[in-house]
Amino acid sequence: MSEQDYLNDISEIKDLMNRSSRFISLSGLSGIFAGIYALVGAAVAYWLVTNSGSEYLILDGKIFRLVLLDLFLIAFFSVITAIFLTTRKARKNGENIWDASSRRLIINFLIPLVAGGAYILIILNQQKYGQTAALMLIFYGLALVNASKYSIGHVRYLGITEIILGLICALFPGYGFWLWVFGFGIMHILYGSIMFVNEKKT
Amino acid sequence: MGIIDNINKLFDHRIRLGIMSILVVNESADFNRLKELLDVTDGNLASHLKALEKESYILVEKQFIGRKPNTRYSATVLGKAKFKKHIEALEKLLKK
Repeated sequence: MSEQDYLNDISEIKDLMNRSSRFISLSGLSGIFAGIYALVGAAVAYWLVTNSGSEYLILDGKIFRLVLLDLFLIAFFSVITAIFLTTRKARKNGENIWDASSRRLIINFLIPLVAGGAYILIILNQQKYGQTAALMLIFYGLALVNASKYSIGHVRYLGITEIILGLICALFPGYGFWLWVFGFGIMHILYGSIMFVNEKKT
Repeated sequence: MGIIDNINKLFDHRIRLGIMSILVVNESADFNRLKELLDVTDGNLASHLKALEKESYILVEKQFIGRKPNTRYSATVLGKAKFKKHIEALEKLLKK
């Protein structure tokens, strides 16, 4: 075997190791979209609360429910967009959208996320509102870090950023809204763009 | 020669090398998963798996999922060690 053959062997080993253990077709564009939805949703929530006439969001059941609906819609559209764009990219890469790697990625992403989501709903029912934004950021960050083992490296850094923002948010609950906007809006757009630029390079 | 000794004859084939690459980073993989990743025919894959099994580089577990037979493969400690040695030998060869 010649040197070129050995080089081919090594690049094939690397490729198979990556393809068999990581789902690499996550689309950066879907991150950018998720960020935009978060910014729009946050603007809607801000408008709802400032126009509600009451000082506190929590005192008004109707506004509160609308904000929850708003949050749900942000998540819903982000997920739909991510599925659509990722399917498209996977097809281009010749990668299967629903195989052992993508299943493992989703399961490991959902475990911290669902646990956190359930916890937030439970304490909301106990009238503990102050830490909601912090908890969302922290659990989302943990979910990303956990999932990153099965996907591209940037996901891990986004996760760590969200966790740090969440902890800052826990210290300054008064800025919860703005840190939420920064974490879910700006950071998604930033990391999505980095991933998007890297995609174009390769 | 030391370096050449470590180049494993069994890994000199693209598919056998591929099987080991997958199994060292995954706990286990079933037949269809390997087939899909390596893009080979059933018969071809089966014969290479046999060769690796014969040398005890991989472990074969047959089980049933519902009524369908399912065969899972995993790398043995020996297989992982041999694979590592092979990679190190390749690296040394390329560094020269």
